Amino acid sequence: MRKYSVFAVAREAMRGHRGWEAQWTSPEPRKEYDVIIIGAGGHGLGTAYYLAKEHGITNIAVLEKGWLGGGNTGRNTTIIRSNYLYDESAGIYDHALKLWDGLSQDLNYNVMYSARGVMMLSHNIHDQQVFKRHIHANRLNGIDNEWLTPEQAKEFCPPLDISRTARYPINGAALQRRGGTARHDAVAWGYARAAADRGVHIIQNCEVTGIRRNPDGSVAGVDTNRGQINAKKVGVVAAGHTSVLMEMAGVRMPLVSYPLQALVSEPIKPIFPCVVMSNTVHAYISQSDKGELVIGAGTDQYSSYSQTGGLQIITHTLDAICELFPIFRRMKMMRSWGGIVDVTPDRSPILAKTPVSGLYVNCGWGTGGFKATPGSANVFAHTIANDAPHKINAPFTLERFRSGRLIDEAAAAAVAH
Amino acid sequence: MLLIYCPYCEEERSELEFRQAGDAHIARPTNMTEMTDEEFEAFFFLRDNVKGLTFERWRHLNGCGRFFNAARDTVSDKFLTTYKAGLPRPDLSTLRPATEATVETYEATESNAK
Repeated sequence: MRKYSVFAVAREAMRGHRGWEAQWTSPEPRKEYDVIIIGAGGHGLGTAYYLAKEHGITNIAVLEKGWLGGGNTGRNTTIIRSNYLYDESAGIYDHALKLWDGLSQDLNYNVMYSARGVMMLSHNIHDQQVFKRHIHANRLNGIDNEWLTPEQAKEFCPPLDISRTARYPINGAALQRRGGTARHDAVAWGYARAAADRGVHIIQNCEVTGIRRNPDGSVAGVDTNRGQINAKKVGVVAAGHTSVLMEMAGVRMPLVSYPLQALVSEPIKPIFPCVVMSNTVHAYISQSDKGELVIGAGTDQYSSYSQTGGLQIITHTLDAICELFPIFRRMKMMRSWGGIVDVTPDRSPILAKTPVSGLYVNCGWGTGGFKATPGSANVFAHTIANDAPHKINAPFTLERFRSGRLIDEAAAAAVAH
Repeated sequence: MLLIYCPYCEEERSELEFRQAGDAHIARPTNMTEMTDEEFEAFFFLRDNVKGLTFERWRHLNGCGRFFNAARDTVSDKFLTTYKAGLPRPDLSTLRPATEATVETYEATESNAK
């Protein structure tokens, strides 16, 4: 792999940009691999990368039924934060946040991580109490989070309407300064390039149709539309389609899949310096480096695999955006889309071994998986390599729904995610 | 937005009047105190989360308020039929196939892209 650098850009500029290599290859699948990862999104490609980099396992295939980064990695609102309430959640999301800081250097790929700050608006006394509880809990876990008055919030984000006559008055905000955004496609591409450089096979348009088992019940490999591929270990990292894949191995999951929508506006000059979220009126918004406002809506109320979602869901969010930021009322929305998110009963992920020996699952990120990409991939690689969880993901088992040791962010998340 | 036929009101109404209410044809356990943790987990937390034809309960919340059952395709979101609570699963062989080939998701139309 030729390293990207300012010298490479200068060199290629001199010779008409003819020397750039393909970022990853598309090899024919081998008959057998040490590890197969199902799903070439950020979490899956990252898992392959950390397996190769930190655990010395390079005989890996990442199978993708569509195209690389075409699922939820390419469909989210790119928000990064780690201000979750519970210790377990704080552990895994802050592990990710620490990896985001330095990921571009690690991958030699600009993922455009921008710690521009994530501000959560408080609209009533209940919000205020909950956010302050979060702030104190976060600070005990060494995670930055601070309380802002409405005036300070306005100073941090000038387009915000803090007038007392606003439809949704603001009585303060919680701010995580290390939070921010990253370029979602670049995360998938960067991990793919770095993993392929270490010998990982990335095989697109390869749909898994079955999971093969040995006579003793352990995993033997997978059936795909490109033939049978054997493997000692299989990691399922398939977001909204996890239930479908796990059913092939006879494992029922505590998951329900919902469409989640996002949309972008026409591009405008830089106006919006941070990420703003409002739990109470359900809106999140930031501005991409292209200038589009990136807006996140809620999930549909019924389960579906449709990758679209109802129009009333996004108009509901736009209603809130227009009240919070009257300056955007006349903007046109350019595109909207949906992704299928896998939601667990406690709204916390599952990164764990399964009842099937050699089969591992990384799922249940629900509506907030992008922010965790590096951390999730890192500890999931550890889990697969050692056949035992890292201490950070040890609480995120599949068995917690039997033992009752839930990580109940459903009620405690800083935003309805 | 979907139009859903309420078998009690006997008319199609907007999706906004309805709420999905989980899987249909599931008998609530009568021996909750004697169940093992595995049985409780299977009843309370685990879901089939079917891609394709599924039978589920819906409630006409902002209408008659009653629960009814529906057969829906979770890929196209098309309701094949709705029927009153307590009735057995309808014979769907007379209805249209579960997943129609014409569903235009991004996944279906762009999956051959390199």
